[in-house]
Amino acid sequence: MTTVLLDDRGLRHDGRRVDELRPVKIEVGVLKNANGSAYIEFGKNKIIAAVYGPKEVHPKHMALPDRAVLRCRYHMSPFSTDTRKNPAPSRREIEISKVIREALEPAVLLYDYPRTAIDVFLEVLQSDGGSRCASIAASSVALADAGINMKDLVCACAAGKIADQVVLDLDDVEDKEGSGDMPLAMMPNFEQVTLFQLDGILSSQQFKQAFSFALDGCKRVYQLQKEALMKKYFGQGEPSMEESE
Amino acid sequence: MSAVKKSLVVEQLRRNQMIELLAQGKRMDGRGLLDYRAIKIETGIIPKASGSAKVTIGDTQVIAGVKVETGTPFPDTPDQGLLIVNAELLPLSSPYAEPGPPDEGVIELARVVDRGIRESQMIDVSQLVIKEGEKVYAVFADVSILNTDGNLFDTTSYAVVAALLSAKYTKYEMVDGKLRPTEVKEALPLRTIPVSVTIAKIGDSIVVDPTDEEEAVMDARLTLTTDSNGNICAGQKGEPGTFSFDQMLSGADTSRMKGQEIRNLLKEATGYTG
Repeated sequence: MTTVLLDDRGLRHDGRRVDELRPVKIEVGVLKNANGSAYIEFGKNKIIAAVYGPKEVHPKHMALPDRAVLRCRYHMSPFSTDTRKNPAPSRREIEISKVIREALEPAVLLYDYPRTAIDVFLEVLQSDGGSRCASIAASSVALADAGINMKDLVCACAAGKIADQVVLDLDDVEDKEGSGDMPLAMMPNFEQVTLFQLDGILSSQQFKQAFSFALDGCKRVYQLQKEALMKKYFGQGEPSMEESE
Repeated sequence: MSAVKKSLVVEQLRRNQMIELLAQGKRMDGRGLLDYRAIKIETGIIPKASGSAKVTIGDTQVIAGVKVETGTPFPDTPDQGLLIVNAELLPLSSPYAEPGPPDEGVIELARVVDRGIRESQMIDVSQLVIKEGEKVYAVFADVSILNTDGNLFDTTSYAVVAALLSAKYTKYEMVDGKLRPTEVKEALPLRTIPVSVTIAKIGDSIVVDPTDEEEAVMDARLTLTTDSNGNICAGQKGEPGTFSFDQMLSGADTSRMKGQEIRNLLKEATGYTG
């Protein structure tokens, strides 16, 4: 019952080439009550990100005198997986919440909002491979939608290994049956890595290739993030130079 | 997880001082940027455990104990034994550690150490099956952190690896559908020695094996694990700072190089020759 992960034409089980991204759709401003929000579909992932803040910190002793505290909760709905997921936060979700927060933090100008909290809530309504990367992409768009000062967006994409071949953006099947997964997030305009994780055995050569695949994937996600924000704030597409003159 | 209480002013002053020193290639404790503190590995210190090890790096001290028991395999891997790695930050380990459920830092620590050992395929779990789909061996590696002075990731990982390398477990047999212990004791089926190497970015400098004081002011942390063949098998970036692309790639080289040195230490301490 094992899937053919890579066929003799070099195509993957869902027909993608090795360096092809799954279809990505990003929508900005989907929740009325949140200060900023975004919805992302990344392959079969369906994820909502909501940002509340800057706001008063509760409990009060958590407030920082010189900057905002960024808090993040990544949560999977019980119906998001093949078998029902217990709604209580798992150790996996706690770890992912932490690395997502640390991936976003370098981009947010926290010192502009002393003594406040900025909350990022992520709800995975349906999960596929790469949900943490999709979550990061959605959160950073939601932070921008909330009007929070940032020095860059954070874009994210994973590379991995199936059938001893480095590929871009693993889905669920490839994640389970493949032999390596390397999520990466970065600030594209600063060329700085803000999230990196890896499991699976990669040779030195494969590591370099996976790294460059993931960077390339990140850049494509960045374009889609920008387009989604432009669409909400400027209608269709980026205003051209001629129009603004 | 830190034993250094964070004070904004002191932290900033110490960070500035550290960055000045690092620019001259020096560290507060006199080490070079890519030097580990003294690593001490003792095995067999808890005879009741199937395998055990105490590892100290500088003033960081941890004990790992391995217990091999029998259990039921996961439904999706009926032909594989189990490996469960866990770590606990004991309240006696620092003035700021408190009893209670583990915080996110300790959960991350346990999961990153587990990942390094699991993903390297150090243990050949396919050989830990008593009866497929019904009974397998379950390898529990539990770590108690006794004293913290930075680099808990590597210290914990080396302790688990040393305990696994030196472990002996009782073989069981199936008699009339029941498990019965035998007199036979065997070493675990091992394939490789994973070694994690943790680097910290402070300002523009990269150091290995950060102390508590360095961790309190670091921008970001990167733990990369390599196997005996020099492949990279696990990784985790932590803390809200960033790494440049070059720093990431050269981090992989550093991990491979330092990893080999430490792998030899682990072999020496455990007498493992595989």
